[in-house]
Amino acid sequence: MSDVPLNPGDAVRSPPRPRTRRDAQFDRIRDREAARQGTKLRGGRFLSKFLNNRLAVVGLVIFASIILLSLAAPLIAQHDPKSPNLRAMLDPPSAEHWFGTDRTGRDIFARVLYGGRVSILVGLGSALLSALIGVVIGVYSGYVGGWLDWVAMRISEIFMSFPQIILVLLLVAILGQSLLNLIVIFTLTGWGGIYRMARARMLSIREEEYVQALRSFGLGPARIAYKHMLPNALGPIMVNITLSTAAFILQEAGLSFLGLGVPMSVPTWGNILNAAQDLRLLENAWWVWLPVGATISLFVLSVNFIGDGLRDATDPSQQG
Amino acid sequence: MQPSEPILRLRDVHVHFPIKGGVFKRTKDHVRAVDGVDLDVYKGEVLGLVGESGCGKTTLGKAILQLVRATGGSVTYHGDAGETELTTLDDAGLFPFRKRLQIVFQDPHSSLNPAYTIFGSLEDPLRHYGVRSRAERRKIVGDLLEAVNMRREAMDRYPHEFSGGQRQRIGIARALSIEPELIVCDEAVSALDVSIQAQVLQLLMDLKREKQLTYVFITHDLSVTEYLCDRIAVMYLGRIVELCDAEELFANTLHPYTEALLSAIPVADLDRKSERIVLEGDVPSPVNPPSGCPFHPRCRYAQDVCRTDVPALRPYRTAAGGEHLAACHLIDQPPAD
Ligand code: SF4
Repeated sequence: MSDVPLNPGDAVRSPPRPRTRRDAQFDRIRDREAARQGTKLRGGRFLSKFLNNRLAVVGLVIFASIILLSLAAPLIAQHDPKSPNLRAMLDPPSAEHWFGTDRTGRDIFARVLYGGRVSILVGLGSALLSALIGVVIGVYSGYVGGWLDWVAMRISEIFMSFPQIILVLLLVAILGQSLLNLIVIFTLTGWGGIYRMARARMLSIREEEYVQALRSFGLGPARIAYKHMLPNALGPIMVNITLSTAAFILQEAGLSFLGLGVPMSVPTWGNILNAAQDLRLLENAWWVWLPVGATISLFVLSVNFIGDGLRDATDPSQQG
Repeated sequence: MQPSEPILRLRDVHVHFPIKGGVFKRTKDHVRAVDGVDLDVYKGEVLGLVGESGCGKTTLGKAILQLVRATGGSVTYHGDAGETELTTLDDAGLFPFRKRLQIVFQDPHSSLNPAYTIFGSLEDPLRHYGVRSRAERRKIVGDLLEAVNMRREAMDRYPHEFSGGQRQRIGIARALSIEPELIVCDEAVSALDVSIQAQVLQLLMDLKREKQLTYVFITHDLSVTEYLCDRIAVMYLGRIVELCDAEELFANTLHPYTEALLSAIPVADLDRKSERIVLEGDVPSPVNPPSGCPFHPRCRYAQDVCRTDVPALRPYRTAAGGEHLAACHLIDQPPAD
């Protein structure tokens, strides 16, 4: 556009004027406009927004490296996380035992790596499972309403009216201690929040005109709700999944610290921390609790950073 | 133009929304969005449905499509296979009729799903109506886009890449996709710039001619209806207060409310009297409509009788011998019945 001179006569009379800084600026603006028109995929814009958020990228890197390290535990750790070594009890960190050893001489570095597998499985697994349940119910009942919505709402209210920790303790007492039970318990207590959020999103999307248009074609409610409306609610749902992952990991650590989580024979972050209940260890053997505590904090923090990044990248009020 | 057979017949249609409140969500009251409407829509005509916002015209449009179910009265569809009362059908029973009736919405920003490309949004209804192959769906969507003066390639783009006018045209393409007979245009151009309005209106009229469509054109703007409607129904608080041919309405206004609406249109014609009648106050609440004539609190002719008796919608004879319906006590002509 701006290639056209303002006065048609100028171009004829004067030779092309030398380029100025202003010209370079206009070129850059034009490039950017052209580039924006080229971004056909929404995914592309979403990704670039996410990657522009420095904290979110840092979070993603930490998150990925902790998961990778845990997955690769058998390759990295030189010691078995479960076998005691009575000749090396409570050794401080050394070249042999990077994070030292615990009261029965087990290598803490190996335990943190192997423990990460279980803790992350519990956190991520419970978060995904409760998201699955919450979204499947919330999306449908939020769209169709009626008695289904009423029933689902009352059930979630029942779960939410107890303090979560009491509910968890109760269920642990009933179902017993095991990895699977813990995931089931977290899912049962955690689906309500994501259900309510998905439902609320659907209630606001329901009035959009494209939904009315789909209804006027006679499309079924399941198809409208899951195929056409759900993609527009996905942003907050993903944010919620990350946040509940962090919360579940902390809960696992808390429960295991109390001795109510995963059975003590399985190393998890919480079970490792459990050893630090002893005041003597707390004061004299920092390597028993500090590395694992720091790992938990780092992981939870990274997940929260990712959640924040997702929230900003999917926020429709910040489309740019 | 006096079109022949009706395609749609509305009889005493009511749409009341319950207002729930209190601890146990008891129904406290009703919003009488549509309160007893009789209306025939004839094949091939453009029927304007005019009124201020909140008069129930959009609800009536949705009730025609069964997007909102009428709480009383009947909506009957007259097709090749005889008459069918839509108001009694369930979703499955309605399915064959969904194909005949479509809607174009007001807000070009929320009428397209932001998560899908145009093709992604438009293909599902086609699949629903039995177009199995993807190649064929792509061809149909492409043809539809061309029919509304857009390029075929637009189908692979996302809604946010289009302007308001373009989106509105895509909305029209979507409504056309299953070849309906009647399209309800709900404020289809109100959100657009005036120049783009004219474009879209022209497109609507061209499509009507090509595909023998019938329109119910809902708008708050009488000046738009003058340009394209055959007949106009003026609504106030859920009821029709005046109904006649468009020319007749502009030439021989009977109802004081219509008169006030007309006076709000800026006129270029210097001869036409342009005294502006300012409507005082807001539209009264459809929860507690005024007694008697619903328009009486704002009507400048209101008499005692207006406050007590509800005026019936009565026919008057026009100069051309047609029918002119109006609901007002103080019309100084004898009704034709
Ligand atoms: S009936 Fe009375 S209040 Fe109603 S429009 Fe006529 S004159 Fe006005």
